[in-house]
Amino acid sequence: MSRVLSWDRSVFVLLVVTVAVGAVVDPDFAGGSNLGFVLQDIGEIMLIALPMTFLIMTGEIDLSVASTAALAGCVLGWAWQASGSMAVAVLAAVGTGVVCGAVNGFLVTRLGLGSLAVTIGTLGLYRGLCYALLGDTTVADFPAGWTNLGFSSIPGTPLPYVTPLLVVLAIVFGVVLHLTRTGRWVFAVGQSVEAARFAGIPVARLKFRLFVVTGAVAGLAGVVYDLRFASARPDGALGFELAVIASVLFGGVSIFGGVGTMWGVVSAVLFLGSVRSLLQLQGVPGNALTIITGGLLLASVVIPVVAQRWSAFRERRGRALAAAAP
Amino acid sequence: MNGGLRRVLAGREAPVAGALLVVLAVTTAVNPRFLSDQGRFDLLVAIAITGLMAVGQTFVLVMRHVDLSVGSVLGLSAFMAGSAVRGDTGGPLVLALLVGVVVGVLAGLVNGALVAFLRLPALVVTLGTLYVFQGVQALLTGGTRINADQLPSSVVGFGVTGFLGVPWLMWVCLLAAALGGVFLRTRRSGRDLYAVGSNPPAAELVGIPVARRTLLAYMVSGACAGGAGVLFLARFGGVDSNAGIGYELPVVAACVVGGVNIFGGSGTVLGALLGAMLLKTMGVSLSALSVPEFWQQAINGLLLLVAITADRVVLLRRERAARVEAARHRREQADAEPAPPAAGAESPGHEGATTTEVVR
Repeated sequence: MSRVLSWDRSVFVLLVVTVAVGAVVDPDFAGGSNLGFVLQDIGEIMLIALPMTFLIMTGEIDLSVASTAALAGCVLGWAWQASGSMAVAVLAAVGTGVVCGAVNGFLVTRLGLGSLAVTIGTLGLYRGLCYALLGDTTVADFPAGWTNLGFSSIPGTPLPYVTPLLVVLAIVFGVVLHLTRTGRWVFAVGQSVEAARFAGIPVARLKFRLFVVTGAVAGLAGVVYDLRFASARPDGALGFELAVIASVLFGGVSIFGGVGTMWGVVSAVLFLGSVRSLLQLQGVPGNALTIITGGLLLASVVIPVVAQRWSAFRERRGRALAAAAP
Repeated sequence: MNGGLRRVLAGREAPVAGALLVVLAVTTAVNPRFLSDQGRFDLLVAIAITGLMAVGQTFVLVMRHVDLSVGSVLGLSAFMAGSAVRGDTGGPLVLALLVGVVVGVLAGLVNGALVAFLRLPALVVTLGTLYVFQGVQALLTGGTRINADQLPSSVVGFGVTGFLGVPWLMWVCLLAAALGGVFLRTRRSGRDLYAVGSNPPAAELVGIPVARRTLLAYMVSGACAGGAGVLFLARFGGVDSNAGIGYELPVVAACVVGGVNIFGGSGTVLGALLGAMLLKTMGVSLSALSVPEFWQQAINGLLLLVAITADRVVLLRRERAARVEAARHRREQADAEPAPPAAGAESPGHEGATTTEVVR
């Protein structure tokens, strides 16, 4: 890949092209109501992808985010029934996310365990606690004022209420990653943990905080999910972890850490959401859409490698030709 | 003899087997029907599918890779195998198994080629193929499902009958585990997988054909997942487009609980199989103890955390012991021959450093 067309820029171009093509092909696609639908559909994925970008950039991963979101969602339902106050319930839900993230962070940074194994474990643990809390029941008596936030639009616009939350958080996370010391630390740790440690960066503390933030945002995503479906259920957000990670990686973040941009990730989430919506409008069955997600994810890692090998090959051949013809 | 016994007890298999026995004993004591003929049969059927996939996953994990696509491969292979034998006449069971395994091997070939030849990160590749294979299966099924009445009785019967009181499904799993275990333990190419997983650049330097071994590991994992698809078809007497979704992480969990290191280099097929047995048995025994079944996931997650924490503690202890030993050695050597300290003191010091390096 040349510098002009880096991966994150390519994703942004893809997003623009998709939206343009979609608008031409299908008038429904560019309609306001569909735009609102897409934003609502990607809301939780986008939220969790923001802190996940930080985690993957430092070379860690959190597979427990969907279970954390579900547990926070269940706590929301449980606390609402117990306290009768939605404000308390939302606080309890986000607090649950913080605790879940802190447990992950403790196991990874204090005990030195691998985050992949730890979060596969807590994925099961947190999901199990969802069932322990709510059993097989669902809580569906949230006050209408709150659930309206989940599925109606901001008056006068086609945008769902989750939009400002997404925009503000995306900007905050983007600014922190690219314009602050913490962000530089994240890049440094991802490039080389050893070097970062020698440079005096508190690696363990940084990673612990990233896990906590990821948990908190996953908890928030659990609240958004509950309000969108107007119910708290133990099997909520099932399988979201892989969708989030796929989006982050497709957005150009290296799984080895140290490389990536926040706007690449945001473009990736929006792009995947638009493609899915466009194909759904064309009548492609939902499950088949996973081919697109998977194929794009593979393309995002295959194309740079193939391009690099191709240019290396051409350079070699060019040298050989130059040597052959004096 | 004594050394052999100690080695068995120090390994990762013994504690898992011990925990398995405790779970079985406690559950049987409380609910005698747990290990009745039917109870035992059901338990083994439940273990077989995860167990078979865990055997294949071990090959990939010891190489410091991972195969997240196994659930989708299971679904795809179950559907292809079911399509091959369904109909009025009905194909033989062998055909179903053949189709299932071939589909799995082909899927493994795709994963392996991407990881081995393009040197792409395994997590990303297999996450991608997880979605691709799942989508292919959805396109092929087109929302239809295969039911038990469309399948020949040989296939359906395979899922509910057994031999010597052990279900056929479990025999398949055990056969694969035996072959895989012997291969990894005794064959040179099997040992190569551990060498690659412990230190990939070093394995390359000593001339191990890393790409070929990687391809092999993924084909084995694919074959096992494909075989598991046929077991799934036989067990549930059918398949729909949701088959296998979400199976990948429990399989990895089973391997890790059984002592397969997620960072490569160590772990056995027997351990992975015991891990799968422990997790599945735990789940079934909870319902036998009339504990609400939904505690199962929480307890499985907790088990995984306990297992990796215990591994870590043991590792740190060994590291410390190795350091102490190296220091003692160094001191003794220095006392014995004070004249040329450089050469004498150098080599044990080196050894100590190497141990830490490998261990990390």
